[in-house]
Amino acid sequence: MSDLKTAKQHNTPFPGESELPGHTVDLKSYIRTCVYVFIAVVCAVSLMIWASYLPQEHFNWPAKVGLILAVACCNAFVVAGFLMHLISERKMIYTVLAFTVFFAAAMMWLTLYAMQDFPAGTTH
Amino acid sequence: MEIPYAVQPRPDTGVYNAKMGIWLFLASEVMLFGGLFSGYVLLRVGADQWPHGWLDVRLGTANTIILALSAITTLLAWAACKVREFGKFKFFHACTLLLALSFLCIKGYEYHDKWIHYEIKLADGRIADGHIESAIYLNPATKEPLEERSFRGNAFSTVAGGTTNTYELASVTIEGRYVNDEKDLYDLRAQKNIPRDEIKIPRAQIKSMENYGPWHNTYLALYFTLTGLHALHILGGSIVIGYLWGPGRRLWKTNPEQFTNRVEVSGLFWHFVDLVWIFLYPVLYLT
Repeated sequence: MSDLKTAKQHNTPFPGESELPGHTVDLKSYIRTCVYVFIAVVCAVSLMIWASYLPQEHFNWPAKVGLILAVACCNAFVVAGFLMHLISERKMIYTVLAFTVFFAAAMMWLTLYAMQDFPAGTTH
Repeated sequence: MEIPYAVQPRPDTGVYNAKMGIWLFLASEVMLFGGLFSGYVLLRVGADQWPHGWLDVRLGTANTIILALSAITTLLAWAACKVREFGKFKFFHACTLLLALSFLCIKGYEYHDKWIHYEIKLADGRIADGHIESAIYLNPATKEPLEERSFRGNAFSTVAGGTTNTYELASVTIEGRYVNDEKDLYDLRAQKNIPRDEIKIPRAQIKSMENYGPWHNTYLALYFTLTGLHALHILGGSIVIGYLWGPGRRLWKTNPEQFTNRVEVSGLFWHFVDLVWIFLYPVLYLT
């Protein structure tokens, strides 16, 4: 309770808050955003489950995996964009992320490239 | 020594130092999990057959929803700090901790389920597959039987009152089924209403037996590695959030802005952990 009292003593915005217009906080609007994000996550999960149970005769595994991962990417975009504030972040953070994406993609590409590089007769 | 730019943004980066630090740390985490995911792709594409339906989709879905809710409560805890409502911060962070604990409990249950699940190769060529109910051991000297609720190997010894008693496996009871080929165990999604009976197998019939641990096959090795590392991140994040909720909240009284920034940084880590699960869930449970 003492903490609560301490918090109520100075009910003013933090200094510097106006410098971050994208991060101006209104708790009610945040709760509303969170409800939308949660609905989006539930929809994405439902869609992935539905896609995974599509009949094998019409949808082969690569098609299913592609569809499920596409939905997962959209889900990740919603979480990163709204919960991590990536839709309104500083240029420096975008720069760090751009380098990360580049190197992560290069690592994935190297793995795929290595898969073509087996000598004849190799089993794995 | 005072840490510079703990509250105000640094002019050249535009963000406070801890935020820059956590984003660089998350970049290294992306490479860590990225390496494991690329290893998964390599091993899966090269595999002759891949298991389907080995994990309970209901539990995986429950954990996905739990983590999404915890990410939301983390964000709301930070927002509550921003508007200086410390009581709401405590409530939302307590929710995050409870949700994290729920996630770990479900994950622990799943691990235990795999730990007691055995594939037993029999002398007649068949395979018995199911969850262990009990194992009967016999003392060769006294012929005294001993029933254990778990498999303790072919033999084990106990020391009581200076006497060593050795017990040897006599039989194993599982709740499961017989299959003629190991391939019948791979695609469980295609098999509906799998019969489960209580099967008692004498030791003489057992050629080999192994539980569904990480050593069982490539899929389980990847499953335990990826989810184990992720669970460690959940545990680490929970400790940090628990610290901010408990002893760390003293900072709120002296420097609420810095405390709020700490909550934001821990929240960013927590959202990253949620992001990793968003990909682990479909990769391991649905495909």
